[in-house]
Amino acid sequence: MKLDINGAVREIDAPPDMPLLWVLRDLAGLTGTKFGCGMAQCGACTVHIDGHPVRACVTPVSSVGTRKVTTIEGLSNDGLHPVQRAWAEADVVQCGYCQSGQIMTAVALLEKKPQPTDADIDAAMSGVVCRCGTYVRVREAIHLASRLKARPKEGAQ
Amino acid sequence: MNVSRRGLLQAAGSVAAGLVIPFYAAPVRIARAATAAASGPPPVNAFLRIGTDDTVSVVLSHVEMGQGIWTGMSMLIAEELECDWSKVRPEHSGVAPVYNHTRYGPFQITGGSSSTNSEFDRYRTVGATAKDMLVRAAAARWKVSPASCTVAKGVISHGAKTLTFGQVAEDAMKLKPPASVRLKAPEEWKLLGTVVKRLDTPEKITGKAVYGMDISFPGLRTAVVARPPAFGAKLVTYDATAALAIPGVEKVVPTNNGVAVVAKHFWAAKLGRDALSVTWSKPEGGGVTDATLLADFVARARKPGAVAADVGKVESALADAATRYDVQYDVPYLAHAPMEPLNCTVKIDGNRCEIWSGTQSLTFDRMSAARVLGIPPENVTIHVPFLGGAFGRRGVQTSDFVTEATLVAKAAGVPVKVVWTREDDIRGGYYRSAFLHRVQVGVDKSGMPVAWDHVVVGESILSQTPLFEKMVKNGVDESSVEGVHDSPYLEAVAAKRVSLHSPKTAIPVSWLRAVGHTHTAFAMESMLDELAHAAGKDPLAYRLALLEKKPRHATALKLAAEKGSWGKPLLAGRARGLAVHEAFGSIVAELAEVSVERGKIRVHRVTCAVDCGTAINPLALEAQIQGAVAYALTSTLYGKLTLVDGQVQESNFHDYKPLRMFEMPQIAVHVISSGAPMGGIGEPACAPLAPAVANAVFALTKQRLRTLPLRLT
Repeated sequence: MKLDINGAVREIDAPPDMPLLWVLRDLAGLTGTKFGCGMAQCGACTVHIDGHPVRACVTPVSSVGTRKVTTIEGLSNDGLHPVQRAWAEADVVQCGYCQSGQIMTAVALLEKKPQPTDADIDAAMSGVVCRCGTYVRVREAIHLASRLKARPKEGAQ
Repeated sequence: MNVSRRGLLQAAGSVAAGLVIPFYAAPVRIARAATAAASGPPPVNAFLRIGTDDTVSVVLSHVEMGQGIWTGMSMLIAEELECDWSKVRPEHSGVAPVYNHTRYGPFQITGGSSSTNSEFDRYRTVGATAKDMLVRAAAARWKVSPASCTVAKGVISHGAKTLTFGQVAEDAMKLKPPASVRLKAPEEWKLLGTVVKRLDTPEKITGKAVYGMDISFPGLRTAVVARPPAFGAKLVTYDATAALAIPGVEKVVPTNNGVAVVAKHFWAAKLGRDALSVTWSKPEGGGVTDATLLADFVARARKPGAVAADVGKVESALADAATRYDVQYDVPYLAHAPMEPLNCTVKIDGNRCEIWSGTQSLTFDRMSAARVLGIPPENVTIHVPFLGGAFGRRGVQTSDFVTEATLVAKAAGVPVKVVWTREDDIRGGYYRSAFLHRVQVGVDKSGMPVAWDHVVVGESILSQTPLFEKMVKNGVDESSVEGVHDSPYLEAVAAKRVSLHSPKTAIPVSWLRAVGHTHTAFAMESMLDELAHAAGKDPLAYRLALLEKKPRHATALKLAAEKGSWGKPLLAGRARGLAVHEAFGSIVAELAEVSVERGKIRVHRVTCAVDCGTAINPLALEAQIQGAVAYALTSTLYGKLTLVDGQVQESNFHDYKPLRMFEMPQIAVHVISSGAPMGGIGEPACAPLAPAVANAVFALTKQRLRTLPLRLT
């Protein structure tokens, strides 16, 4: 089957029920998307399909069709997406394992709600588990990213 | 991500491009004898390489599992080296005696909140030694005295002349290292004590960071293992037919007590594992049921156990006291549940073996793998990628996940990455044991304690491991009673006894973030609160009266109370609770502000006062406090494994709940610079959280909750 991943169409040889997560990780070599629970409980595997956040661990690859898959590797070439810049500025990461899922979820939130309230952040981000407890800084970073997106030239180091 | 035989670090991009000069220096002596490492002076080249491109590669003897030592330990070297911080490239060391822990013993381990404080002198000395040699190399080239040269940001200057570290690195490595170096006094620090952002951020926000789960190379297979459904059960027989019929499954091999399905990729291995038909024996004696176990603990606690502290005549003091309290607290089994499920990659090549795994315990892992293969430990190489959380699970005393992966690779005859599912991880053992505390306290007429008889019951971590069993002294595993037998409150009590029962079960137990303090702080600080309320006294004032000779505890407590507005009006339906606890050399006081919403406890804000002696990086410190509060709040509100006939009932994040964004309290962190010896920061803030919340819940509801997780009735 063919899959459009990060703007490139690839030929993938996978059983139809294989979750997109394992296709990305084990067949396409894109390991930035993480395995955390396998049952859509933790959000570490969050990718975008046509811009919408989905849990790749419970998404059969056959259901993707011609829709576009975006992973953390495809978010930006240089790590300079406003959300990534905000993440760096707020010094969010700890172990980092959940952060691809956090960032992909935050990007989708900001697409939908450019200026999210704390309640919006709670609603959108509570599906993504961080055992290191980076939530305080994830929240800060999302607010910061919102400002960076509104004023792209504002610098985050 | 492909990993060549040259090793993971190159593949991970952790080593800068360009020629890298190994910076060699023979052992040096530290000028200030008081700061000399017990194991002798450090060979600089093991910890530091300076490239001709000016990159500064810092080799870390401890592992980065989220706690921030990638940055913090690099800061120690950089402070003395005076290098350009933007050129610093940390990397994990392999396993070698030179990287042994400076305090714990002849082995490499990351734990006990010790990375920064145990390496504080060694890493700074490495930096100072290298700087001395670089300056001398530059001075020799200019034919001037080293003392007339200055150094800043990796550039050595003499008048208008400049040379970079990279330009003199080759000359410097030929020089004799100094006999001694002077380390800066804290007033001279430029980097230490300042806010420094993490060095691992770029990789971790782009998906490029490599974890054990991401290891891949040609020929590598993935295995998923069927393990006993109950602790104490044994493998009887299995039928691999259905598993082998799954496309992609290549082999099915037995392990020490399980069956591994080896496949082309995880998904096939997982389907294969689920298709296995396995017969297991019933656990001997029926297996542990936690409700029954608790009753057993209660029965044991009727009598004192092995004595950890015994001062005065506690029994007569209790009998003579004006009032006597007899209270029990209990906590359940807990799984660590790091975000990255356990995994380990093993490649065997003749009498050599390479391992890739996020591990806290390299030396014991190497010994375990060597034992499985019957080869010398030196023939085992370990590459450590980033750890996707650990909390102690990746440092268990038996190296269970490394031992098993080595067995699988050996039996399968191919390189194998054993991947645990979340269910495997939660049901895989090495838990924080269930514990019960029975606390009998006698108080005088004013309500102050005069007799304290404290019995702790729970399984010993050390006793489960032949290697560590000898560290159990007179029947006491210190990690079971830490925080009770050395409680600052008990110093003010004339008659006291702390004793311990360590019943053995088939449940593997191990260190979990904050270890014994996860339950001892709950028992001590809840009891103190009970006594204060019983005496009709303010819980803050009551504690301070007992802490008169403990100024650091008192200061932390007062600061948390002040910053958290203790005693001031607050929103209707809210209440505050306090706790202070010392762990791993640091003292943390926490004030929790709670409400009850629809029958559930809600923690709105936690105000923390932290005295860790010296804060190396306030930004990292704050992150660790936030993280510790989140980790401890998870176990305070949710954490419980239910055992029935040796079988864990919980399996994944739906029934073993982690704290989520909407439940995360606001957290204020206030640092006290006491100048005391440097303590740890990864774990201590976990300890006071549960009692601070429980005490706040009591203030709000008058329900005294003595069991974790907290459940309102």
